[in-house]
Amino acid sequence: MTINQFMFAIFAAIIIIFSILTVTSRRILRAATFLLFVLVATAGMYFLLRFNFLAAIQLTLYAGGIVVLIIFSILLTSHIAEKLDAPSWKKVIPAFLAAAFGAVITIITILQYDFPKAIVADGDRTNIREIAQSLISTEKFGYALPFEVISILLLAAMVGAIILAKKRKD
Amino acid sequence: MFEGVPLHWFLITGTIMFFVGIYGFLVRKNLITLLMSLELVLNSVNINFVAFNKILYPGHLEGMFFSVFVIAVAAAEASVAIAIIINIYRRLVNIDVEKISEMKY
Repeated sequence: MTINQFMFAIFAAIIIIFSILTVTSRRILRAATFLLFVLVATAGMYFLLRFNFLAAIQLTLYAGGIVVLIIFSILLTSHIAEKLDAPSWKKVIPAFLAAAFGAVITIITILQYDFPKAIVADGDRTNIREIAQSLISTEKFGYALPFEVISILLLAAMVGAIILAKKRKD
Repeated sequence: MFEGVPLHWFLITGTIMFFVGIYGFLVRKNLITLLMSLELVLNSVNINFVAFNKILYPGHLEGMFFSVFVIAVAAAEASVAIAIIINIYRRLVNIDVEKISEMKY
């Protein structure tokens, strides 16, 4: 077992266990904390794949931004000690069957597909200069247009969130 | 340099995470927990993008850029969703999806 496989096993175990806990925990604040663990383990997986920039984005934006936002909204809308009602069996059994069925079919398909052998990467880690140049380039493998579109989307989301959450004077 | 972990392992991890998110989305009733299940789904897709990028096309960066865009869309979606949730809570003092039926009819 190489060090990569060992680290992968740890991260995958954290991801799977805590994502199951996220959707089954009945205390909502704990569910948010488990979600944080899942997101941090995913960042660890990006580090394992040597995507340093993406891992940094994951840590700052997801783990730092979205989870804090979720925790704030939990504190605003529910009591800390409050326990959610357990979902009824009528709901759990079909949902579980649907999810398990889908997962089994997808995993069988993945295992049957013969992916080409892993090519060993030449570059060690992603180069930040390369990322920046692709983000503003308009040539092949350039992402200037999606970058601008996503900036407009973020601006629109920001304005929309402020207007929606603002107190009305009526 | 990256070796040792086959692509299948990443895809299976992503699949399990995706369907756990789907399960949560079907079972949960609180709007914020629904949002958390959605984040799980989006995150699992990112793992797939990145694994394909690194293992099948190591010289390129497409998968990474798609993940960055997915993260940005997730952030936008979370902020708007939470604004809506807080607005609903202010009007109805409740964020349980089964009890919010005022706009239904």
